[in-house]
Amino acid sequence: MTIDLVPIWTLILALAVFMYVLLDGFDLGVGILFPFAPDDTSRNLMMDSVAPIWDGNETWLILGGIGLFAAFPLAFAIIIPASYFPILVMLLGLIFRGVAFEFRMKAQRSRFLWDQSFFWGSLIATFAQGIVLGSFVHGYQVQGRHFAGSLFDWFAPFPLMVGVGLVFGYVLLGATWLVTKTEGALQRWARKKARIALYGVLIFIAVVSLWTPMLEPKIAARWFTWPNIAFLAPVPLATLVIAAWLWHSLYSTRETATFFAAMGLFLTGYAGLAISIWPNIVPHTISLWDAASSPKSQAFLLIGTLFLLPIIVMYTGWSYYVFRGKVKGDTGYH
Amino acid sequence: MSLDALVLSRLQFAFVVAFHFLLPAFTIGLASYIAVLEGLHLVTRRPVYLRISNFWIKIFAVSFGMGVVSGIVMPFQFGTNWSRYSDMAADVVAPLMAYEGLMAFFLEAGFLGILLFGRKLVPPWAHFFAALMVAIGTLFSTFWILVVNSWMQTPSGFSMVDGRFFPQDWLEVIWNPSFPFRFMHTVAAVYLTTAFTVIGTAAFYLRRGRFAEESRTMLKMGLGLASILVPLQAGLGDLHGLSTLHHQPVKLAAMEGIWDTGTRQPMVLFAVPDSQAETNYFEIGIPGLASLYLTHDVDGRVVGLRDFPKEDRPPVGVVFYAFRVMLAMWGIMLLLTVWGWWLAFRHQLFDTPLYLRALNYAIPVGYIAVTFGWITTEAGRQPWVVYGHLRTADAVTPNLTAGDVTLSLLLYALVYFFVFGAGVYYLVKLVRAGPLAAPAHEPRLNERPARPLSAVEAD
Repeated sequence: MTIDLVPIWTLILALAVFMYVLLDGFDLGVGILFPFAPDDTSRNLMMDSVAPIWDGNETWLILGGIGLFAAFPLAFAIIIPASYFPILVMLLGLIFRGVAFEFRMKAQRSRFLWDQSFFWGSLIATFAQGIVLGSFVHGYQVQGRHFAGSLFDWFAPFPLMVGVGLVFGYVLLGATWLVTKTEGALQRWARKKARIALYGVLIFIAVVSLWTPMLEPKIAARWFTWPNIAFLAPVPLATLVIAAWLWHSLYSTRETATFFAAMGLFLTGYAGLAISIWPNIVPHTISLWDAASSPKSQAFLLIGTLFLLPIIVMYTGWSYYVFRGKVKGDTGYH
Repeated sequence: MSLDALVLSRLQFAFVVAFHFLLPAFTIGLASYIAVLEGLHLVTRRPVYLRISNFWIKIFAVSFGMGVVSGIVMPFQFGTNWSRYSDMAADVVAPLMAYEGLMAFFLEAGFLGILLFGRKLVPPWAHFFAALMVAIGTLFSTFWILVVNSWMQTPSGFSMVDGRFFPQDWLEVIWNPSFPFRFMHTVAAVYLTTAFTVIGTAAFYLRRGRFAEESRTMLKMGLGLASILVPLQAGLGDLHGLSTLHHQPVKLAAMEGIWDTGTRQPMVLFAVPDSQAETNYFEIGIPGLASLYLTHDVDGRVVGLRDFPKEDRPPVGVVFYAFRVMLAMWGIMLLLTVWGWWLAFRHQLFDTPLYLRALNYAIPVGYIAVTFGWITTEAGRQPWVVYGHLRTADAVTPNLTAGDVTLSLLLYALVYFFVFGAGVYYLVKLVRAGPLAAPAHEPRLNERPARPLSAVEAD
């Protein structure tokens, strides 16, 4: 009796991508908020809050990408080249964001340059990721085992809209992260930014929720026919409840609640996405099973993954624990 | 050779991977060196080890960050420009790369924050442990990525269906014929690269009469390591070459510049290979020597390039010259090591200006050696991307135009030159500042220096 490994890998990959979105989401969000900070001290604090952990956070992107390559290689071979330019731009953005942490500290007269590098790198990488997401949901033209569309298919209203939406989403994560990690004036500023971001995110959730079914009849059928409406209604309902909770927390003195609520919004959005495209990994024509690698490959990787992922989570958790608490101003280090 | 999407994609991959590899070539050895220094300080409590370690940790912070951001580009390259390769070979190579991510990248990244900035936040043994984990992470990374590359060079443990590769025996996939040799050869190479960077930096200070204790210690440590690894590398390189002779004979023939099959093949010191005429011009060689070191018999038979169909030969000139550049760098390392011992016996190691100047200028030798070594082996693998089974020309993403790749290549080039240029500038600034006599600012316990890399001060 052989176990079907595809559902297991679907879960693992979904988890890895979600971890990336949450973790790098907040530090990219901090980067996008960077130029709007009240003053230079605030900017230093903002950077301090993410600097010890950004590298580990970004590593989940590699796991997501290589995980897709290893578990669903046909999907990788179609989606990645189809996203040729957005991925190029994302990688360049991530380069500018990544080196900004270190170069900014070394620079004296050119510090402004690396402030800009941090901001634009974060913004561009986020926007590019949103475009990739939007193109993904939009679907790909496939012929046989190859992408058959144009390398400029991403330049369309829906993907661009999702790009903007993701910027608001990451800003929400970044702002609520700052609410948990800072205090005083900076924290109050972060709360204000989080509220603005929340408006934006809710608008985009609404737009995406209405627009996505229009892209593809299968999706509309899944959400709007009976009895599906009844079974799937919890997702939009949960979204509203979490949004309300987040709203309330932002106006109160709750701190970590805001960050977890923001993550909750991402979770419901993610769930909605999964429901829409299931069982396809290359929307809307190639299923997870069609795209999967051979059982020998999936099994070989699964054994190690099941052992290593918990260990990774443990030492990552330890690292977050070491750098826990509020960021304080350290004049000796700036 | 027209600049089509295939050639441009190859150029692009070569560009981003060559740039990227310069960083791990340094940081793999450096991570180990830092772990050693931290361990020595933990055990001996000698302050000089701590000062040297803190200095190199700052350098490591900048270099490692550049390595990470240039490294993230790599897996996506497989998808964007080599989607057919990805489709064909993923079942074999992608799980191996995933293990690199799981075992190496997370380990390095997870403990990096503690290493760079957790010294005052965790007990000394835990800080040393973090340094050790980062070092081990870099070595795991070397392991898995070389498994992938070696499998592409000497594939084994697989079956093919409709042109696609499927794993049959994972142990055979991993322990493919060239992997052990490539692994040992590369680890020695990166350690040597770091050694000569450290030695050169020490010489920089000694020439200026700065940081005497630190630089003498660094010079001794670096020279000590070089003394072991330089001769060892000759042996490892030789073993690797013999493996290549057996499994990739056409690559070996190109490396040696041997066109005609025969016995008593000469060791070609210099020549100008001509692929059209299939011969060498201005050849200077030592008769019989190549047969001797390749087959352990002066009368040994070595197959020449002419015995392989033209479409199966690599670009001979590139492979031939690149190989010799790599060997020349080894020659320089050998010269500097032997000279160093000569001076050490006369108690003049730290006081000979010419030698110190040579060491200083020799900082790039390792970087040049690894780059040209990689050119040798990768260009030598052409026209195959999976040797003997999948041609590079059949691996490129279909429907990619020359315009697309020109644009991406130009953007990568612009960004890389700018960003890594800036990185080198800041690294040089750090070196000029040197190891601090004492930490400039001891953080109090409730002060959390949360930026791992602000250990590098902007002074």
